[in-house]
Amino acid sequence: MDDDYLSGFTALLVQYDVLGAFWTNIQLTFFGALLALVVGTVLAVMRISPLPSLAWAGGAYVNIVRNTPLTVIMTFLVLGAWTQLGLSLSTNFTWNFFWFGVVGLGFYHASFVCEAIRAGVNTVPVGQAEAARAIGLPFLSAARLVILPQAFRGAIAPLGNTLIALLKNSTVAAAASVTWETSSVMKTMIEFQPNYIWEIFLTFAIGYVILVIPIGLLTTWMSNRLAVKR
Amino acid sequence: METGAPALVELKGVNKHFGDLHVLRDIDLTVRKGEVLVVIGPSGSGKSTLCRAINRLETIDAGEIRVDGKPLPAEGKELARLRAEVGMVFQSFNLFAHKTVLDNVTLGPRKVRGTAKAAAEQEALDLLDRVGVKNQARKMPAQLSGGQQQRVAIARALAMHPKVMLFDEPTSALDPEMVNEVLDAMVALAREGMTMIVVTHEMGFARKAADRVVFMADGQIVEEADPDTFFTAPRSDRAKDFLSKILVH
Ligand SMILES: Nc1ncnc2c1ncn2[C@@H]1O[C@H](COP(=O)(O)OP(=O)(O)OP(=O)(O)O)[C@@H](O)[C@H]1O
Ligand SMILES: [Mg+2]
Repeated sequence: MDDDYLSGFTALLVQYDVLGAFWTNIQLTFFGALLALVVGTVLAVMRISPLPSLAWAGGAYVNIVRNTPLTVIMTFLVLGAWTQLGLSLSTNFTWNFFWFGVVGLGFYHASFVCEAIRAGVNTVPVGQAEAARAIGLPFLSAARLVILPQAFRGAIAPLGNTLIALLKNSTVAAAASVTWETSSVMKTMIEFQPNYIWEIFLTFAIGYVILVIPIGLLTTWMSNRLAVKR
Repeated sequence: METGAPALVELKGVNKHFGDLHVLRDIDLTVRKGEVLVVIGPSGSGKSTLCRAINRLETIDAGEIRVDGKPLPAEGKELARLRAEVGMVFQSFNLFAHKTVLDNVTLGPRKVRGTAKAAAEQEALDLLDRVGVKNQARKMPAQLSGGQQQRVAIARALAMHPKVMLFDEPTSALDPEMVNEVLDAMVALAREGMTMIVVTHEMGFARKAADRVVFMADGQIVEEADPDTFFTAPRSDRAKDFLSKILVH
């Protein structure tokens, strides 16, 4: 019976709280992106700073973190930082895992944010920085008031790509024991309801497509709208 | 300019290399308060580098540069303070592309000097009025002509109350019909007693406003004289050769 089959599947979606799972990934993405943006901006400022030691440290961070698998970082956070070193981000057991997931996503994608912003900085003519220095702005003020505002506008497209990657990578929070996020829920559902395997897979795949496409459209639109006219 | 005026910018034995290229060779130069100095010379002779060295956009390898008696600080807050006292106008204007004309002029006073917004804007409007672009205050730089942009750049530099203004070929990126509006603003500034170092090939400006012309070639100061003497009776062969070329077109 087709109707039974369909209602059986919708019941599954409710039983396993698929919407709740997506909501978890959206939250991971939101907080992870905030953290990545802050840390990535700091790294970018370090990398363009006139102090060689800061520039070096920023470069070292980016090259190490960017080339480490995210699963390794997540596993390290939970097994190393939490289990071994006793670091805790929340007294609530599940929120603790959630915040480790956010930290892993944030610090990992910060390296990509840094590179996106640096690409944005390259779209800003050197004359802008020289003019800023010439009126007496120290490096940090010049970066904050003149270079970064223009760099961000030139970096919206690559930042959007990083956000999309972060959203998809939020499923790796499973490695930090965030077992109620989408990929973990999907795994459980398939294990217990293998007769619906295609429907389950398509539900999650389409769910992500629906989340990702607007981000791409929005960033393309913003990137055109906010472009600095020279 | 009174001849007894104190030295405002002093360069002693300044040397600068870009790799193997020796771009400034033993430059000794003194600019007195209120003096207008025109620097002229063939392409690649080091004029821009000289200008940029004076507010330390370029470092030097040897020698000493003093502004108002104080040696150029190496880095940090002190250097930023010095740069605020040395105005610079670039060939390519370099207005902050994401800020309105008014915000371009008020940024330095507000963020470097800590001037209140209303006061900074009032002074900015006065300065923009002086250079004839007050009615453009709310526009973005890209909406202005080159000549207008360069006049805004002059107002932006003046807003910091600099002791000396550096101009690096301020009119050479402009369409010919816009050159005069910028030169007029510069002549007015010179008449008001501003100390100016101007890299330019505009002889009209040099004759009208300059107290002295310095001719550079291959990183050296080859000749210096008052404008009339320099343009009518240059002494060195390099200067004669150079002048014959710029006088042709
Ligand atoms: N950042 C740099 N790195 C390497 N070489 C440079 C740099 N800046 C300038 N040079 C070289 O130094 C020499 C002097 O340059 P500078 O720009 O001071 O000359 P200029 O007299 O201003 O010439 P122009 O009339 O073309 O503006 C030139 O040969 C130039 O190619
Ligand atoms: Mg030059």
